[in-house]
Formats: sequence, C-alpha cells, structure tokens
Amino acid sequence: MASAPSKLYADDVNLVVVLLDTNPFFWSSSSLSFSQSLSHVLAFFNAILTLNQLNQVVVIATGYNSCDYIFDSASDLNRSYENGRMPVMSSSLLQKLEEFLIKDEQLSKEEPDGRIKSSLFSGSLSMALCHIQRVFRSGALHPHPRILCLQGSPDGPEQYVAIMNAIFSAQRSEVPIDSCYIGAQNSAFLQQASYITGGVHHKPQNLDGLFQYLMTIFATDLHSRSFIHLPKPVGVDFRASCFCHKNTIDMGYICCVCLSIFCKQHKKCSTCGGCAGQKKRGQMCDCRLEILHLSP
Amino acid sequence: MASARVAKIAKYKTTIKDPGTPGTLTMTLEKILFVPRNPKSAVKLDVEFRYIKGQKHTKEGSNKPPWLNLTNNQNGSFIFEFENYSDLQDCRDFVGKVLAKSGEVSEKPTVAYPDEQLNAAEMELRIKLLQEDSELQKLHKQFVLSGVLTEAEFWATRKKLLDREASKKIKQRLGFKSAMVSDIKPSTDGRTNKVTFNLTPEIILQIFAEKPAVHRAFLSYVPNKMSERNFWTKYFRAEYLHSTKNSIAAAAEAAEDEELAVFLKQDDILASEARRKIRWVDPTLDMEADEGDDYTHLPDHGIFRDGNKEMTELQNELYKRTLSQDINRHAAVVLEGRAVDAEFEDTKAVAEALAQSKRESSNKGESDGNTSRERLDRLSRMTEIEDLQGSNNLPLAPLCIKDPRDYFDSQQANALRTSGDALSRTEQIKCSLSIPEAYGSLRESISSIKTMGWKEPIVKPEVAHQVFDALTNSISNTKHNIGKNPQESVLDRLPRKTKEELLHIWTSILELLKHFWASYPITTSYLYAKVNRLKDAMSNIYPQLEEIKGSVPSEFRHQVSLLVRPMHQALDAAIQHYEASMQKRSTQSGEKPNGYV
Repeated sequence: MASAPSKLYADDVNLVVVLLDTNPFFWSSSSLSFSQSLSHVLAFFNAILTLNQLNQVVVIATGYNSCDYIFDSASDLNRSYENGRMPVMSSSLLQKLEEFLIKDEQLSKEEPDGRIKSSLFSGSLSMALCHIQRVFRSGALHPHPRILCLQGSPDGPEQYVAIMNAIFSAQRSEVPIDSCYIGAQNSAFLQQASYITGGVHHKPQNLDGLFQYLMTIFATDLHSRSFIHLPKPVGVDFRASCFCHKNTIDMGYICCVCLSIFCKQHKKCSTCGGCAGQKKRGQMCDCRLEILHLSP
Repeated sequence: MASARVAKIAKYKTTIKDPGTPGTLTMTLEKILFVPRNPKSAVKLDVEFRYIKGQKHTKEGSNKPPWLNLTNNQNGSFIFEFENYSDLQDCRDFVGKVLAKSGEVSEKPTVAYPDEQLNAAEMELRIKLLQEDSELQKLHKQFVLSGVLTEAEFWATRKKLLDREASKKIKQRLGFKSAMVSDIKPSTDGRTNKVTFNLTPEIILQIFAEKPAVHRAFLSYVPNKMSERNFWTKYFRAEYLHSTKNSIAAAAEAAEDEELAVFLKQDDILASEARRKIRWVDPTLDMEADEGDDYTHLPDHGIFRDGNKEMTELQNELYKRTLSQDINRHAAVVLEGRAVDAEFEDTKAVAEALAQSKRESSNKGESDGNTSRERLDRLSRMTEIEDLQGSNNLPLAPLCIKDPRDYFDSQQANALRTSGDALSRTEQIKCSLSIPEAYGSLRESISSIKTMGWKEPIVKPEVAHQVFDALTNSISNTKHNIGKNPQESVLDRLPRKTKEELLHIWTSILELLKHFWASYPITTSYLYAKVNRLKDAMSNIYPQLEEIKGSVPSEFRHQVSLLVRPMHQALDAAIQHYEASMQKRSTQSGEKPNGYV
C-alpha cells in the first residue's frame, strides 16, 4: 500500500486526531489503570504540542454508547479550567472527559453480560474523518492530518462494514491511521487500518512504559517517516466478519457482484439483492457464490 | 510406421555394369547404411535420407533382376540388387514412406503443431528476435531444440514481441529525387566524337513521369516502329536541340523527322491535363479559374517584355522550351509522389507499369466523379505516416506495482501469530462489574488524577530504557534480515555467476510451468505427450538446483536455499498435480481394456 512517507511533506507540522478508548469495562479489567494511562497520554499530548508551535491535537473519546470531541488544542476555550496542579490544557481535557462519561452512562440501556463488548470505534473514526475533512476545506494552509487510535477494547465484528468504509475513505484522502493497541488480544481491525492507510501499528509489550512507546513511535510526524525507521508489524490479520451474523471468519463466501462476505452459501445476496442473470420469480438461480480464503 | 528400420541382404552397385559388392543394407528413418560382407572392401555407404530425392526399381514381371535405384540431390544414384522381389518390395515401401514424410517435413521445417504455416517474413522476425535477445535464445535452445517444446508453442506466448518487431519495418515509400536526374549529361569521347548516355531505369522512370508525350511515344513506337536505341537517340537529339535554344533549327529538323517532332513539340498531354485540373479547382477557392490560368506551357509564363502581348513566330514558338518550364514540371512530378514502387530491369516494364498506374488513377477519377473527395483521401493518405503512429494496443489500465517488500515483510512470523491468537482467544477476559460500578471507577480515576496531578515520574527511567532498547533491537533486526538498502535484493549480494544461473533457471521454470498448467485439462493425446515431455524437463531441473546450492560459498548457502525454496515448491506442486492426474487416469482407464487415453 502506498505508505504515507512516500508523499512529500514539506515540514513537520502535526495535526493529530487521537481516538481515546473510554470503555469502562475494559479499563476496569486492564492491567494498566485508567489514571496511569491518562498521565502517560496527557504527557504525550503536551510533548507533541511542544515539538512544534503549529502542532495541533484533537481528542475524540470512544465511549461505550457514544462518541464525542473532548479536546481541541486550537480552540480558545481552554482557558476556563484553571488548576494549579497540572497544565491548563490537561485540566480542560479531564473536565470534558468527565462530562462525557456522565452523558455516556446515561445512555446505557442494558446490563452487561460479563463479556467485554467493544467500544464504538467506527463512530469515533467517522467523526475523526469528518473533522479532517473540515480541516481540508478550511483553507490553504493546514498541516496534514493523521489519526492515532489508542484502543484497548476488542473488535466488534458488527462494526466491520463501517470500519472498513472509514478505512477506505481515509486511504482515499491519504490520511494515515496509526494504532496503539493496549488490550490483551490482537485487533484485526486496527492492523488492517494501519496497513491499508500506510500508518504504523504497534502493540506495546510493557504497558508501564506506554509513554516511551508513544514518544518513540507515534510522535513521529509524517515528513520524518521517510527517514526514521519505525517498527514493522510481524503480520497483518486480514480476517473479516461475515455480513449476515457478524462473526469473524477466515473462510467464507463472496457475492461476485458486490463482494459482500457471507459465512454460509446463500442463493441471493442480501446486500445487492441479486445474482447475475435474474430469473423469474420462483426459479432457482444457479450461480454460485465463490469461496474466498481470507487468512493470509 | 510399422517398423523403424529395415535390414536386407543386398549388393551395392555404383553403376549398372558394376557387378556389385555383397553386403547388408540397413535403412533407418534417418539414413541408409550399407556394410559390405567383406571387411576388407572399401565400399561402404552411409547416406542420410535428406539427400535422397527419389527411387526407381525394376518391375517384378520383367526378366530383370530386382534392383532399387535411389537418386540423390546431386543426380548420383545408388543401386542395390536384392535377392528377391519381396525384399525389394519391403525396401521400396520403406523408402517411399520415409521420402513422403521427409517431403512434408522439408516443406514446413518447423511444423509439429498441425495448423501452423510460416512464411519467410515470420521466420525472419523470429530469427531477428532470437539474435537480439540472448536470454530468449538460451531459452529457445534449451527447450525447442531439445524437443521439450515445439516452435509454435514457444512463440505462441510471445506474439506481442513479434508484432512489435514487425511494426518496426519501414512502410514509407521513397519518393523521387529532387535533383533533375532526367537532365543527364553524357560522357563525351573526344577521339571518336561520340557521346554516350547512361540510362538507368530510375532515370527512365523519371523521364516518363515528367514527359507523358515521350511516354506515349515510347509505348507506340517501340518495338514496332523503331528500336529502343533509336528511340533514345532521337530523344537525346531533341534534347540537344532544345539546349541550343535554336528554335529555327529545331523547327527545321522537326519538319523532316516526324518522330523527332514528337520530342520537340510542346507536350500536349501535359496541356490537356493542366486544362482538366483547372476545371477541378474548387470554386469556393477560386471562382475565376479558367484556361487563362494555364500558363506553364507558355514561354516566359506569358509575360513579355515591355508589355508586348503579341505572339510572333508562332510556328517556331512551338519548339521552344524554357528552363523554368522544366524545373516546374519536375517539381510537380516529385510532389505527386512515386506512382510505381518496384524496381525494374527493363525500359518496357517501366513504361508499362507507369501506363498501368495512370490508367488506374484515371479510372478511379472517372468512377468517383467526386474530385474533392479524392483530394481529401489523398491528403489523409499522405499525412498519415504509418510507422510514426503509435502501436494500437487495446486500452489497458496501467499497472500499479507496489513494493513487494511491504507484503513479504508483514508475512514474516505468521505461524507465531496464529498460535498466539489461538491461545488468547481462549482466555477472554471477563468483567463482572455493573454499569454504574464501571463508570464510577472511571470517574474516580479522573478525579484522582485531577487532585494529585500526573504521576511522578511519568515513566520510570529503567522501564523507558528497556522499552527503547527493545524497540531499537527489533527495528534493527528486521533491517539486518532484509538488508540495509531497500533497493538492494539478496540476489545482488551473491556471486555473479550464481545469480545468473539462478535467474536463468527461474525463467526456464516459469516457461515450463506456463506450458504445463496451460495443457490441463488434458483432452487430446497431443497434450498428453506434451505434458509428459514437460514433466521430464522439470525433473531435470532438480539436480541443477542442487548443483547450484553446492557450488555456492557457505556464507550464502542459507540465502540461496531460501531463494531456491519457492522454485522447489512450484515444481513440486506441478509434479504432484501430474502424478495425481496420472493416477486418476489409470484408475479410470482400468475400465477400458485397450488403454486408450
């Protein structure tokens, strides 16, 4: 895939849109506590802002029931949250985060069944892309944006289609998606996102040094990536989820017309509603969906 | 063929009168061998069937002994006397079969594939391509000459190359020279007072093109009224008279000799053509074009000194020709282009070809009836230069070739990943908190960090150091394994000979596999034989690969074996498929008793 460094960036100004995972179920069972990770992450944001005067950071919270903008370094509203203990920007971020969590809790409908469900990653990714589009249309001078995903929740197969669509539109707009996965398992979506858009994916081994990982790998701006070597992933998990049951599959059936993926053979594709060669009603269509082997 | 060789006892005679040397005559598909019974005899014969042209034999019913006479290309003959007529018959049949087969082979020397017909141009293209590309030549030698692939199969996949070669040939026609070749200077011989003119067909062509009256005269007078030599003598006499600009003398001579007069008069064909052309002038261009605009035949273009418009000495005016007229006519002919293309040996042939082309063009002009359309046609023909046009390939989407290292790097530790995945899937983490509890704990964390500020230090130095080390190591490891220079490949680090051998083996494997997989499913016996041949050739590659691996110095052995592995895999897959299909065949054909494939 065309990697971001291959495009020539004239300077090293960053506009980073960070998608912060705030799934409470994940954080309560993670080895790294939320407050610890917050200090790593907030210090990282400050570091980015100090690297260059023109750098910008936008934070979107990926909640359990909703997503929202938490922080924008370019906005002027940050002055109102003064707190002697920490930098002004961090305190405003925390304030907003708290408000978001309250709102998010109120939107909860059902009791959790013990399994950790995924956060609304597709929603926050789409919001990030919309924000980036607004930046693109804002005027001539703007730094080239990139997206950084700090995720820990597992992948939600039901979001497969939305996430893939977002990934492809990011690829089209040449916005690299970096991802740092701090959960226990592997995230196929994040790996695919980084692979397709030309970003970098990493799963830190030692979560106590999360700040160091962030600074070494994810602070690198797009211009410098042409000469700074970043770690390459050991393998990309290309598994998809089927369109009918949203299960993750690695062998399935594909409709030859619209390329939707199914786990069982269907006579008619539910996405495009047809099969090549429409017959009269009642007649069985004899075109077969083809098998795709999806594992790499 | 029932038998591939025939051996009979016979006597070999060089001539009819020769008593003959007894011995054994052995004939195989390739040659004839005669070994005399007496080892001391010098007579021995070893002739290839290629040289045998035909055979004659004595008839059975006659009283003559059974003789077989084989004639060869150089009109020599070999006579064999057999013991009885049945031997003669066998040999005769054999020779007949071989001759018939070789007859067909000699007509189409490269045919094994039933429908191919090669013409000389195609053969030339192929030979040229082979000479230019040594890699192609190596492949060709390796496979076609050793019989693994046939010519047709080899070239069937390379049609694009052949087309490209074919289009390189020049298709433009050479035009006439701008120099006035028709105005030739003779060589004079001072002693005998003779002048000699050298006429080549090129010059003759130009003379006929420029002076259609001369052309017409040639066609009518030669060879009926005068010989060609006479014709040209008169022509050059007329030219001489023109050059002296002595119109009175010219008029005098014209009055005597009517043929000479033809050369001296104004060219009436030209005049009538000019008049015709004026009629065709597009009225949107020039409404007033009329006969008065035809002035090229007038001396001085009809412009007289001191405004004098009278034409005196009309009679002698007919025999004047000015230089500007000649030059203009020549220029007009050059711009019209060459009407005939081929080379000619003979003046008569030239004249006739030119007349033919004129007839065709006038026929076309009459039948069309639409002169402007013809003019447009001619314009488009003249402006479109065939060999400057681009090749009309079908519109193809351009290839977008990504750096393959990206893909292969990411496939490195696949086994590791899948096993890791299997483990972690079983240990799905459970969370037993309810919603308020979970959110509450999050909010607690936020408030704690708000009150206490950030953790001091954010990251412990030794942890940071560890992380940094691990990252740097992993990055440098991948770099070391793949290579520092992204453009450099493993092949470049091998010794040159090994690299070339490996590349050559790889291209030959590709060629074999291409033909192998294209032959499946096997429907005819031709494909069956072809697949067998290919499989044998593929099995021969394994020892070559082993040899290369052995010849490489030890520091490269690992890399070479990594490179060789996909070759092995490809060959193994093909041979596996072959064996599976053979097995399937044999189980199927077990039902058919005669083993028909």
